[in-house]
This record gives sequence, C-alpha cells and structure tokens, in this order.
Amino acid sequence: MSETVGTVDATGGIRTVPRAGWHVGTVTATNRETPNASRLELEVDGWPGNAPGQHLDVRLTAPDGYTATRSYSIASSGDSTRVVLAVDKLPDGEVSPFLVDELREGDMLEVHGPLGAFFVWRPGAEPRPVQLIAGGSGVVPLYAIANARAEAGDETPFRLLYSVRTPDDVYFARELEALAGTSDPLRLDLVYTRRAPDGWPTPPGRITREVLEAAVVPAAEHPLVYVCGSTGFVERVADWLVGYGHDARSIRTERYGGT
Amino acid sequence: MQHVDGNALAGPLAEFFAFDVTMAVARCEGCGSTAELARAMVYPSGAGTVVRCGSCGQVLMTLVESEDRAWIRFTGMGAIEVARVSPAG
Amino acid sequence: MSFITRGFSGRSRERDERLPPGQTLVHDFPVLSAGPTPDIDTADWEFTVRTESGATSWNWDEFMSLKIDDVNTDIHCVTHWSKLGTSWRGVSLDTIFEHVETELDYVMAHSYGGYTTNVPLDELLDGKAWVAFEFDGEPLDPEHGGPARLLVPHLYFWKSAKWVRGLEMMSSDEPGFWEQNGYHIHGDPWKEERYW
Repeated sequence: MSETVGTVDATGGIRTVPRAGWHVGTVTATNRETPNASRLELEVDGWPGNAPGQHLDVRLTAPDGYTATRSYSIASSGDSTRVVLAVDKLPDGEVSPFLVDELREGDMLEVHGPLGAFFVWRPGAEPRPVQLIAGGSGVVPLYAIANARAEAGDETPFRLLYSVRTPDDVYFARELEALAGTSDPLRLDLVYTRRAPDGWPTPPGRITREVLEAAVVPAAEHPLVYVCGSTGFVERVADWLVGYGHDARSIRTERYGGT
Repeated sequence: MQHVDGNALAGPLAEFFAFDVTMAVARCEGCGSTAELARAMVYPSGAGTVVRCGSCGQVLMTLVESEDRAWIRFTGMGAIEVARVSPAG
Repeated sequence: MSFITRGFSGRSRERDERLPPGQTLVHDFPVLSAGPTPDIDTADWEFTVRTESGATSWNWDEFMSLKIDDVNTDIHCVTHWSKLGTSWRGVSLDTIFEHVETELDYVMAHSYGGYTTNVPLDELLDGKAWVAFEFDGEPLDPEHGGPARLLVPHLYFWKSAKWVRGLEMMSSDEPGFWEQNGYHIHGDPWKEERYW
C-alpha cells in the first residue's frame, strides 16, 4: 500500500503528502508562548514528516476509557520527527487547558497525522505571491508556511497580516521578527485589537475592510491567500477579499470554530 | 457551537479512506458547484458530523460514529474526484 | 493495552441511578446543531399538520391561544448527556390532534432548515409530547430550537426536533435525517436504542 496520498495543487500538479497514522509523541519541551498559550515540542516516533500548513489530532484518554480529540496546526514542517505545536487555552476547553497547564516534559501524547493537504503551501510550487492572514492562534500553520519558505531560500513575495489582542499575544514573535529581517523578507503587518505597543501609530481595533485592503497583496497580482483563525474572523476576511476582486479559488481558509 | 470547515474531516475520515477526503472534489447536487471537501462547512453536531456545501448549505455528507461502528452517508453529492499518484511515486 | 494519558480525566462525568444506561448528568445545556441556526420571527412562524385529506395550520397568535401546559421532565441526548427536571411550556400534541383527523399511524416532524425526524403517532399522544416554546421560564432561545421545538422526552433528544414547523402523517415509519444516517428508528433511551 502506498506510503503517500495524492493531492492536486493549485496548478493542477500532483503532489504527495505522507499518509496519516496514529503515533505516540513524547513531550521534549513545553514553554509558555503567550500568557494564554504554550509551545509544545514533541518527539514523535515514526512520524513521516509533514508539509507546511498541515495539522494533527491529539487524543487524550482518561482512566475510564473516555477520550477527547482535538485538532492542532503544526508549527514545524519537513522530514524531522520533531513536531512543534502552539496551543491556545480555551476558557471552557477540555483538551487545551490540559495541554497548556498540566502536560509535562516526558509525558506521552497520542497524535494522528499528518492531516490535511488542502491548507498547504510548498516552496517552489508556484510563482504567485502569497498573502497570509492570521487571527490569533490561526498564525500557527501560517508561521509553518513562512518558515518553510525561508528554510528553502524561496524568494516568492510573502506577506503576513497578523491580528492579535495585545503585543503579549504574538506567537513566534522572535521568529517572525527574524523572518521579517532577511534579505527576502516576509512583510509582516501586525494589527492590535485591544492594546497596541507604546507609540504605535494607530489606536487598537479590529481589522476593517480598509485596513485589509491596504495591507494585502492587490488582487491584480493574483496572490495565493491563506486565512486562518476563528470562523468569524476567517469568514469576514474572506468575504472582504472576494469583494476586492480576489478569486475565491485562490483563497484557502482554515476555520478554528468560534465567532 | 460554530461550524468549522472541511479541513476538520481529515482526521475522522482517514480511518475509512485511503485518500485524503478533504482534497476530494465533489459536486453539490443542490446548486451544482464543485469544490474540494476542505471548502465545505462542517457542523460537529455531537450526534454526528454534518458536511454542508460551502455555496448553498445543502447537506453533502454525514458521519456518525459509535465505539465500534461508523456510518458514512454521501447524500448530497454524486461522484467524487480524487487525484491519482503514479506508480513511480 | 490501552493508552492512558497521564493526568487527564476530562470533564466530570456524574453518573446517577435515575439515568438511563450509558448516560451522565450535566448541569449546563449543550448546544449542538446539524446546521446554521434558522432565524424565524414569530410573525412569520407557522405550524402545519398535513394528513391524507388536507392540512391544518396555526400562526403564532393562534397557537398561543391553544391550551398551554407546564412540563417538568428529564431529557436524554444520544451523545450520553442527560438533564433532570427541566421545565418547559408548550402545547401538547393531544391538544393539536383534537383539530386533526387522520387514519395514518406515523409522523414525520419537519423543521425550518430542513431537519426531519420520525415518531409513531401513539408516541406523541397521551401526554407524551409537546410543541414547546419556553424553557426555564424564558422564551426558547434560537440556539435551543426557538421559536418552538418538538419535545418528546421519553425518546432520545434528537427526536425533539428544533425549529419545528409541522408534522406530516405517514402510512409507514419512514426514517428522518439521523435515522437515515445510522441512528435507531425508534430511540428509546431505556433500551439504549441508539444506532441501527
């Protein structure tokens, strides 16, 4: 049986991603990423690697056999068995509070993946500019994509529009700053919705249609667009983009639920 | 509870299909639009997962799971289109 | 050997001897839907019963002028949660069927948004079911099926169709939405009639 599954990328070319399977990962590091989120590093025995943008499912099992399974985007990509996640703690969550507050180095987690070939971008796949748009924790797969581009030395024009509540809520802050400082930089636009850094030129507030239009690659340049975040955020942004003339087929979305 | 999209089907359906179902292209029998299942709206209703056309909301498929069985119904879509991988890999 | 995650126990799962088999007690009211919440104004709302000979309809005001019951009951969802002692107000199916003549024995409930579920008529009569429009002293929230939902507490709660718009009499027990998708045609929680 084939080790990979076939997918068709945006140019119609056949690409493959590794077949998904259940694996056990060992937690090699867990650190607070933001006041509300943790970055987890797992060493996953047998992990076949993953493409940038893919996700995995984490399944927790209680002693009485009760299970809870949730999806998390993967911040890392490539062939390595080292898998990096960044988990946002949901206030009424069942799995995320456990992963953020309880999980320790040395613990083991059941993971299913790599999953999903749709929300993927690969270096060298297409010459089109790329616009990434992240709402909060939706930045995780987009960071994976931006990082993969840099690791490959790919020079495709890339922008990331990233909406966060406060400066403390930026995931991968140092890594993003580094990506924005290379010779083929990621153009990074941060939007603060509740509190902006001192001296920030604009008052805090949610992304508006106008802010979006000013920041994103113009429709006339036919970018590939990836939008990830809460369902409400993604749908608002995607509708505005289509309104500005972006082709709906060029927009890939990943909804995390919620408004 | 809000809906998510077809990306969320990748895990649950990997158990039953050899191909990535989220990349399968389906034609909605309600409105005729074709799209990858990743673009569908997914309602994880508790009783089962309901997948609806992203354009018109018609139910495309449902997934019900018990401990030892699953029921998959492709109700609102006809054929699906899946990429092939050549034998050379 | 089953994998157990160190330190994980999940939400508290209270058992209670008053519950049917396989159920745990909850104190909130989970919202789970098969589709978007319909937005129905009571000014536009209608409830219609279709029989082999015709149809009988009520608009909201007409419906509110029927005899209204206070209902206190336990509810059981097939996804293993139960709530004890929930309170509702609604019109009994016995009251509705005083205005309906039919020889047929089975009912398909239809909802705004397209949901359907089937119930034998004799399981809706004799004080077993209502069209409910108030929960816990407040108008029924759209998330929970408002303006009105079917309430059939002796069966699994998927039979209590949210956003109900009418009933259709049938000559046989045709399966509704979930019943076509793997769920039991009848749905008695005390017999754990969950799946095919």
